[in-house]
Amino acid sequence: MALDLIERRPIANEAEERGESDTMFVTLTVARQLCGVPVLSVRDVLGEQTITRIPLAPAEVAGSLNLRGRIVTAVDLRRRLRLPPADPGEPRMSVVTEQGGELYALLVDQVREVMSLRKSQFERTPPTLPGAWAAYADGIYRLPSGLLVVLDVGRLLALAPDR
Amino acid sequence: MDDLLADFLTETNESLADLDLALVKLERAPDDGPTLSLIFRGVHTIKGTCGFLGLARLERVAHAAENVLGRLRDRVLPVTGEVISTVLAGIDRIKEIVAGIAATGSEQAGDDAAVIAALNAIAEGKAAPVATDAAVPLEQAEAPPGEPVGAAQTIRVTVDVLEDLMTLVSELVLTRNQLLQLARRQEDNAFAVPLQRLSQITSDLQEGVMKTRMQPIGNAWNKLPRLVRDLARDLNKKIELTMLGAETELDRQVLELIKDPLTHMVRNSGDHGLETPAERRAAGKSETGRITLNAFHEGGHIIIEIADDGRGLPADKIRAKAVQKGLATEAELAAMSEAQILRFVFRAGFSTAAAITSVSGRGVGMDVVKTNIEKIGGAIELTSRPGHGTTFTIKIPLTLAIASALIVQSGGERFAIPQLSVVELVRASVGDTENGNAKEAGQSRIEQINDTPVLRLRDRLLPLVNLRELLELSAPQADPDAGACYIVVTQVGTATCGIIVDAVFDTEEIVVKPVAPILRHVTMFSGNTILGDGSVIMILDPNGIARATGIAGGETRGADVGAAARPTATSLQSGERTALLIFRAGGPEPKAVPLGLVARLEHIARDKVETSAGQPVTQYRGKLMPLVPLSGMMDSERDSHPVLVFSDMDRGTGRDRAMGLVVDEIVDVAEDVLRVELSGDRAGLLGTAVIDGRATDVIDTVYWLRQAFQDWFGAAANHASARVLVVEDSDFFRHLLVPALSAAGYDVTAANDAGQALRLREAGAMFEAIVSDIEMPDMSGLEFVRRVRAEGAWAELPVIALSGLTQPHEIAAGRDAGFTDYVQKFERDALLASLEQCLAQQRPQALAA
Repeated sequence: MALDLIERRPIANEAEERGESDTMFVTLTVARQLCGVPVLSVRDVLGEQTITRIPLAPAEVAGSLNLRGRIVTAVDLRRRLRLPPADPGEPRMSVVTEQGGELYALLVDQVREVMSLRKSQFERTPPTLPGAWAAYADGIYRLPSGLLVVLDVGRLLALAPDR
Repeated sequence: MDDLLADFLTETNESLADLDLALVKLERAPDDGPTLSLIFRGVHTIKGTCGFLGLARLERVAHAAENVLGRLRDRVLPVTGEVISTVLAGIDRIKEIVAGIAATGSEQAGDDAAVIAALNAIAEGKAAPVATDAAVPLEQAEAPPGEPVGAAQTIRVTVDVLEDLMTLVSELVLTRNQLLQLARRQEDNAFAVPLQRLSQITSDLQEGVMKTRMQPIGNAWNKLPRLVRDLARDLNKKIELTMLGAETELDRQVLELIKDPLTHMVRNSGDHGLETPAERRAAGKSETGRITLNAFHEGGHIIIEIADDGRGLPADKIRAKAVQKGLATEAELAAMSEAQILRFVFRAGFSTAAAITSVSGRGVGMDVVKTNIEKIGGAIELTSRPGHGTTFTIKIPLTLAIASALIVQSGGERFAIPQLSVVELVRASVGDTENGNAKEAGQSRIEQINDTPVLRLRDRLLPLVNLRELLELSAPQADPDAGACYIVVTQVGTATCGIIVDAVFDTEEIVVKPVAPILRHVTMFSGNTILGDGSVIMILDPNGIARATGIAGGETRGADVGAAARPTATSLQSGERTALLIFRAGGPEPKAVPLGLVARLEHIARDKVETSAGQPVTQYRGKLMPLVPLSGMMDSERDSHPVLVFSDMDRGTGRDRAMGLVVDEIVDVAEDVLRVELSGDRAGLLGTAVIDGRATDVIDTVYWLRQAFQDWFGAAANHASARVLVVEDSDFFRHLLVPALSAAGYDVTAANDAGQALRLREAGAMFEAIVSDIEMPDMSGLEFVRRVRAEGAWAELPVIALSGLTQPHEIAAGRDAGFTDYVQKFERDALLASLEQCLAQQRPQALAA
């Protein structure tokens, strides 16, 4: 059940051209926290997938999965953000992004809608955020319904070899 | 017609077509320098190639045309319509001759005097005599119409297009496999027949595309005759190169990868292998040495032999060199077979050439060749007979893209093992000798030596690795088939090793895909793939496994501590496992010390123990060595005492002293992940770690060294409290490093991770040097050093990497990232030496600034 977002790209581009203050984000939740990743960095959104575990891989790497014949490395966002693991049996979704020609799937709790967010609502990351969040957050949007943390996909995927 | 001529025709026809266009362009814009150069080069190339191929007539015409063009290029001659026409006439003649060659396969006789005279006249600035085509008899027309050969039937396709095609076909094969698997579940289904057809076509297509990638191995050889000729002249030797099986085809990708190793090996044979003519005469051989290259197919592999009839490899020289380089002890060498000793030439930094010639002997040779060949799943062997020569045999797979693999299961996960490295499969029962289970005859049993599993396979003892333990997989909850397992016998080079797995499925054609960059450090895997059922599966790398377990470790790495060196102790491959010496002292519970810190293990007899100033000492290597009993006192009843010798020799400080730590019993050398629970309250102990499943006390070496010499670390304080930042996430290493460095006179600041270190930089802290671990969570040492180098006050500081990863490529990666030096973890002496050196280099700069 791959919901292809590629078709939406032109819309995002137009939106950016119309008013540079709007940015489109794919919103998602991790441990009830609303987060967002720039829509242009998202290739696919996937539902529950069979994931092959990779022995000796860094703990954050959940495994690899098959996306239409391409092998995608799945990174568990909960583990990356040092959050407690999800309840077993809870369906997880993933957001597929590309980094240096390789595909990575960010394993999240739920993928929500695509939102167009105003620059005026943007704030820099408060310095008091816990380490893992501070390291991977780009900033925060103040939404009427709550706060949305913008995640830096590049930094999330800059995994150092495990020790 | 030979291939060379066909290639020449293809190329010449192409460049002739370009020449026409370019000349016309030049006529319109006589000052167009680049176009003129292009034309000149085109004609020059044709001339040059003609000479090489012995096409005399073509060469003469091209030469005359080139003359004119040269003068045009040098601006001696103005570009006029007349000049261009004459050159075009020359080009036309070249075309005719080329057409003649294409038609008959050889150059036809003909008179080109008029054309050449016209060109020469123009070149001298005279008006051209009228040269008409009619004046030239076109003998090609009369020539017997030979077999129509030529360049027309080929087109040039970029390699990228072929690579893309190959990728697509690989995907198609995978999809086909998936479809077949689905169809197999449904008995009769309407798709069965078309699917069968699709399957057939896919196979044919795969074969066809593979063929486009196939090239004769001769393409990798064509530079060798010239190389050998030059080599012979440089070395004053007579060398004859024979090449057999040049038409043997193999995948282009493989061909590219073996080109350099082959060149290197031929060079080696000529330089080291073959003797001088005088030596050969004296040995009763013909003066001319012979190097033979032979390539042939054998069961899905290509075998390439590089043989010389020279002096053979000098086994005693290799033996001496191995001892000199500290790669093996005399005793170990004595136990080795001739073949094993010869394999030392594949070790890094090993060269038997007494003198470094310009040709070879730089000590970077055969090890690189071996690594490159193993990288593509190949193997290299050598045989040598003194006085008769040396033969290297390379075995490589035909193609890298699609491989056959055995699917196995371990700890509930499936893995693929390349069929290429699988020798055989053995079903075995897990040995429980005390149980006395009567095993059915013929079934093998796994036995244990000191908790290390081995298998008696026919007449040999096969070292075993349990895949489940190696990959740290969880054990299955309830073992349904308790006591039985499969052993996949793999061969890597000459090292054979058995991999214990839970189950074996079938073999499958797999398309090898590289693993994601964030997983590259896991050397057990050579790639991953998608199976017929759509699931992703990791491909095991038998090479990596053998290295990680130390079975083939000796090939790439020297043994570090002579007496205590064991196969298990030499490998620090994964960067987290550490070789530990386990011993007992002052109690039954085991104690441990990192093996890298221990210089030697000795047994010192009771009567050799003397007392000096109330302290037990012994005479050791011509000096008095203090003995420190770990248990607090020497047991005077014992005949001899096992002693761990820590030494501090010639580290640039002029000091040469040793200390013996007396223990009760040396138990074992274990390799384990060292996670020390620190406890600061017990003097002499760092804390406790679980090693080989047992709680083990890890001793604080620094404390015991101080017991022997108060100033063990203090004497070399000439670097007067240089400030050093230590970035290390492991508590254990930090507790080892900080006291060691501060005792050596450094002012040490420790940071738990790279982030903390960078915050220190932001806070304005300054140091003279940084020592950093490589593998750390969140930010690796590599990333850290990149950031240090990128900006800020620390950009110029020496940064020393301290890591368990010491493969050459890992060291290279470290240096690329900006590390000043690279020191193996635990090598305290090496670290101190490196620090001293870095600071010494830093100091003059600081003074100059």
